[in-house]
Amino acid sequence: MAKRIDVSGLNAYYGSFLAIEDISMTVEPRSVTAFIGPSGCGKSTFLRTLNRMHEVTPGGRVEGKVMLDDENLYGAGIDPVAVRREVGMVFQRPNPFPTMSVYDNVAAGLKLNGSYKKSQLDDIVEKSLKGANLWNEVKDRLNKPGSGLSGGQQQRLCIARAIAVEPKVLLMDEPCSALDPISTLAIEDLIGELKERFTIVIVTHNMQQAARVSDRTAFFNLAAVGQPGKLIEIDDTERIFSNPSVQATEDYISGRFG
Amino acid sequence: MSTAPSLAGKRPSTLRGASLPKWAPWAIGAASIALGFGISTAAGLASDIQWALIAALLYVIGTYVISAWIENRRQAKDRVVTSMVWVAFLLAVVPLASLVWSTVQRGIKVLDGYFLTHSMGVVADSEPGGGIYHAILGTLEQVGLATLIAAPIGVLTAIYLVEYGRGSLARAVTFFVDVMTGIPSIVAGLFILSIMLMFEMEPFGFAGSLALAILMMPVVVRSTEEMLKLVPNELREASLALGVPKWRTIMKVVLPTSLGGIITGIMLSIARIAGETAPVLLLVFGSKFINSNPFDGAQASLPLYIYQQYGSGEAPAYDRAWAASLTLIAFVMILNMVARGIARWKAPKTGR
Repeated sequence: MAKRIDVSGLNAYYGSFLAIEDISMTVEPRSVTAFIGPSGCGKSTFLRTLNRMHEVTPGGRVEGKVMLDDENLYGAGIDPVAVRREVGMVFQRPNPFPTMSVYDNVAAGLKLNGSYKKSQLDDIVEKSLKGANLWNEVKDRLNKPGSGLSGGQQQRLCIARAIAVEPKVLLMDEPCSALDPISTLAIEDLIGELKERFTIVIVTHNMQQAARVSDRTAFFNLAAVGQPGKLIEIDDTERIFSNPSVQATEDYISGRFG
Repeated sequence: MSTAPSLAGKRPSTLRGASLPKWAPWAIGAASIALGFGISTAAGLASDIQWALIAALLYVIGTYVISAWIENRRQAKDRVVTSMVWVAFLLAVVPLASLVWSTVQRGIKVLDGYFLTHSMGVVADSEPGGGIYHAILGTLEQVGLATLIAAPIGVLTAIYLVEYGRGSLARAVTFFVDVMTGIPSIVAGLFILSIMLMFEMEPFGFAGSLALAILMMPVVVRSTEEMLKLVPNELREASLALGVPKWRTIMKVVLPTSLGGIITGIMLSIARIAGETAPVLLLVFGSKFINSNPFDGAQASLPLYIYQQYGSGEAPAYDRAWAASLTLIAFVMILNMVARGIARWKAPKTGR
């Protein structure tokens, strides 16, 4: 079910500005890959190229290849809407739909994409909420607005919403940066469980978090402000944090930079 | 340590300064009204507005001087700004209140069930009796048809501008919407009239609707645009990232989130066109009889009825004009209240 991502020679632009340059990497299925690096180095931009969300930004443009198993996401005739059903995304700030109840938020991806029987939806909603470790907290208030939950609950609601459509890959853009340590722990535990079923890519500023949750870590950096971001190296997380092959990685991880 | 309280007692507190008592603003207000009245009487000024303005000026200046003298400069500035806000509030509310008061006072005289359910069919302007049923009917039909035309076009235009519009076409549309906002109602009427004359048509209700739709459209576009811009981009991205197509994202996420505001905007624009007289005078012409068909023959409408009754110069007609004004104000007010109700009902819920 989970799929491998193979990126080669990828450039992403905002208008004429080259934001990330010549990125090639492989993301293994059923594993967690973490992206670390300083702000503005293009981690999030790269993440958004993996489900064609980059082009939603005005002026966003991508060159290169992103292979999902054996299909190029940027090939001719590929429907970006279909890509996004295969590659789900969780955002930095929890963003449940304010007009919808908890139930409708989880069912949103299914309801908006086709018709399902009520009993079928009930099952998927329960399964997704259990998958996001939120079921016990919200099962009595499924019809209350989703925006009434706490921040950590909202973020898990967003994860439930993303996994309800059964994607192959789950992208997470700093999913814990707006949350307290307890909610963060809940989501990190959840990531550990979800990697049995999905390929997970997570952007994080928290290096302990990368070390805790990921199997492989990619370090991004940029030469200077206004220069494009580049992939410095990608390796097993243990190796990146103990014995990276590039000096810049070690400097960043140990806090020696600038 | 034991001497500390007594020391603190001797030193003047730096945190507590002299302050005016709570009743001071009222006292200053009363004094400046009395003074303003006295000055204008002494100077022989006849108009009520003159003593009121003098009193308002005295109030602002008096507040500053007294507060700067007893308190300090910062407090004085604070009080002056507060008092100016109050003066501005009164300046805005007094005319409104007096308008509503005199309309109710004069309009209530002949406003009853009979008045609302009968036309002017066999009543001359100089006779008492008659009613505004035909005018209410005309207004409802003309405004309703105008809304049916302008609201969908306006909302769709706004969706295009916010969700899709890039480049020169969007800029051109925005420019022409701005131009349309500034069209005087009489010009919109003349525009439709010129077309009617080309086809040698007689006045009829729907022609008025077309002119009103021209006036209403830019208002709907503008208000809807602002509401759509308020929808956070994160919601659109969340929906797109679920693999929902863009048009469904707009239909199911963007529009429901902003629906309350959009409906409020449409209601307010209806309120704006419900009082238009000029295009209706040109295109619908006015009638004393009940004509429920907006596509054939002259119709009446409330603002036009008011204009024509008042213009006739007869005492019973004055009463009818005031009663019709009261009806029109009530109609607009009910619309606004409905809009508020819908906005509150449809607003994104935050409760736990």
